[in-house]
Amino acid sequence: MAEAEAPRPAITADATGSAHLARVLARGFALHLKMMTRSSFDGFLNVLWPLFFSTVAFFMFQAGAGGEALVFASFGAAVMGIWSSTSTSAGSAMQRERWNGTLELLICAPVHFAAVLLPVTVAMSAIGLYSMVATLLVSRFAFGVDLPFEQPLLFGVALVATVVSIGALGFLLAVSFVRYRTAWALGNLLEYPVWLVGGFLVPIAILPNWVQPISWVLAPTWGVDAIREAASGGTPGPEILAAFALGGLYVAIGIAVLDSVLRSARRAGTLSLS
Amino acid sequence: MPAVVEAIDLHRTYRTTTGTFRRRSLEVEAVRGVSFEIQEGELFGLLGPNGAGKTTTIKMLITLLIPTSGKALVLGRDVVDDAHWVRERIGYVFGGDRGLYERLSALDNLRYFAELYGVDPKRQRARIDELLEMVGLEGREKERVEGYSRGMRQRLHIARGLLHDPPVIFLDEPTIGVDPVGARELRATIGNLKAAGKTVLLTTHYMFEADTLCDRIAVVAKGRIVAEGTPRDLKAQVSDGIVVEVEVYGIEDRAVDALRGIEGVTSVAVEDQDQAQVVVVQAAEGHEPTHAILERLQGVSLGRVTTREPTLEDAYVALVTEQPVAADG
Repeated sequence: MAEAEAPRPAITADATGSAHLARVLARGFALHLKMMTRSSFDGFLNVLWPLFFSTVAFFMFQAGAGGEALVFASFGAAVMGIWSSTSTSAGSAMQRERWNGTLELLICAPVHFAAVLLPVTVAMSAIGLYSMVATLLVSRFAFGVDLPFEQPLLFGVALVATVVSIGALGFLLAVSFVRYRTAWALGNLLEYPVWLVGGFLVPIAILPNWVQPISWVLAPTWGVDAIREAASGGTPGPEILAAFALGGLYVAIGIAVLDSVLRSARRAGTLSLS
Repeated sequence: MPAVVEAIDLHRTYRTTTGTFRRRSLEVEAVRGVSFEIQEGELFGLLGPNGAGKTTTIKMLITLLIPTSGKALVLGRDVVDDAHWVRERIGYVFGGDRGLYERLSALDNLRYFAELYGVDPKRQRARIDELLEMVGLEGREKERVEGYSRGMRQRLHIARGLLHDPPVIFLDEPTIGVDPVGARELRATIGNLKAAGKTVLLTTHYMFEADTLCDRIAVVAKGRIVAEGTPRDLKAQVSDGIVVEVEVYGIEDRAVDALRGIEGVTSVAVEDQDQAQVVVVQAAEGHEPTHAILERLQGVSLGRVTTREPTLEDAYVALVTEQPVAADG
C-alpha cells in the first residue's frame, strides 16, 4: 500500500516541525515538573537536603578557613541540591517509566524520543532549584554566612545555565538507562564524586592534576563557578558559555546515540518489565 | 486489496540467564513462525492463554520489538524499517493498571499524549472532549488518575490510544481485570471502533469476547497459530464430538495422563472448583468415552459425571492444550 493511500491521520500536524518540537518540550517539562512536585517523598527530601548540604558546608569550613571559604562552600552546597536531584532521579526516571508502563507508549509515539526524555531530566534539575534557594537561605539565616549578591541578572543567567546543563547531563545518563534496566543505580553512584570533582566544596585547583580534566568536562563545574562569579561581582561570562556549550554537547551526544540505543533495546526486548 | 496488517513468518526469541553464581544463558522462543493478514475494517482476534505469544506478536507489529526473523507490514510499510511512518498511523492500548501517569489528571495525561502524537493544537481540546465523552469520562477528567477504578483507567487508555484518530488499532487484552459491567461497556466501545471503519487487532484470552467481537480469530498456543477462521469455523471443529465432565476430589497428574490414552479422546483439562476439580474430557465424533474414563479413575473420589455437547470454549481448550506445536497455522 503506497503512502498516498494511507495518509497521516487528518487530525495530526507534521510531528517533525520545530513548532511541534517546542510544544512537546514545553508540555513535557511542565507535566513532569507537576508530577515531581506532587510526590510527598521527594518533597520530604527537598526539605531535608538543603539542611544537610548547608550544615555540611558550614561545619567543614567554619572551623578552618571561615570567611571567603565559607561563602565558596555555601554556593557549592547550593548547587549540590540541583546535581543530587538530577543524578539520583535521572537514573530512576526511565525505570519509573518502565514501572508505570509508560516507557513503551512514549517510544511508540511518532516524535523523537530525545524530545520526550530531555524535558524530564531538565524538570528534575529545575526541581533542584528549590533546594538551592533553601540551602542559601539556611546558610544566610541559620548560620549567618554573609553571602554576596552583586549581579542579580548575571546570577539568574548563571542559574539557568547551571540548571539546563545539569539537566542535559542527566539526559545523557538517562539515555543509557533506556537500554540497561539495572543501570539506574549508576546515577546514585555518581552523586558524591561529582560533588568533589565538580569543585562544589573545594576548589578543583587543589585536586590531583589527573582529576582536573574530568572536572572540566563536567557542566556542574562551570555552573557553580559561574554562580560564584556572578554573586561576587566577577565576570561569569566564560563559565556560563562553557556550561551551555557542554550542555549542548551532552544533548548532541545523547541524540546521536539514542537511535542506536533504542534499536538495541527493541532488539533485546528490554523496554518493558517482562 | 492489500492487507492492512501482515505478519509473515514472525519469530521472536528472548535471551535470558538463570542462576546466581553459575549463570547460564537461555533462549526462550516466544513466537515461532506466526503468519496472518488483517483486511481493512476487520476486527481480528488473537486468542490464546497467558504466555502463548500474543503480546510479543503485537509488540512486533507496533514497532516496539524487532522480530528475530520474519517480517511484519502495517499499511504496506515494514514495521522495522519504517517505524516512524507506522507509529503515526497506529494506536496501541493495553490492559491493566499501568500505562498512565497516576499523579496527573486524565486531562493532563491526554494533553501530553496528544502533543506526543502530533495532534493539531487547534483541535486538541475538541478531540479530547470528544473522546472523554465517547469513553464516558466527561466530568471526571480533572481528577487524578490514582483515584480511578480499573474500568475508568481502561477507558482512559482507550481514549489515549485514539487521540490521533489512527486507522489501525492494536488492543492488547483491554478488558483484563475489569468487572463484568465495565468489560461489557469496553466491548461496546471496541465494537464502535469497528463500526467507525477502524482496522482492529484484539488479543484476549476470553473466548466469548473473541466470539462476540471478532470477524476472524487466530488461536495462538506455544508461539504458533494453531487454528484460524471465523468463530463459526472454530465451533464447527468440535461440534460433532462429546464432552464428559467428571467431578473429582484430588487427582494426580498420572491419572489425568491415563485418560489421554483413551481411544477417541482429543483433549483432557482439569479445572479447579472450590474443594473439587472437574476433569473435562473431549472426544471425537462416534466415541463414548465415559465408561473408559470411570474405569481409569478407579481409586479416585468421584462426584457428579455429566456429558454434554461441546461449546466454543471447548474448541479453544482443545486447541491450546492438545494441538502439537508442529501444526502451524
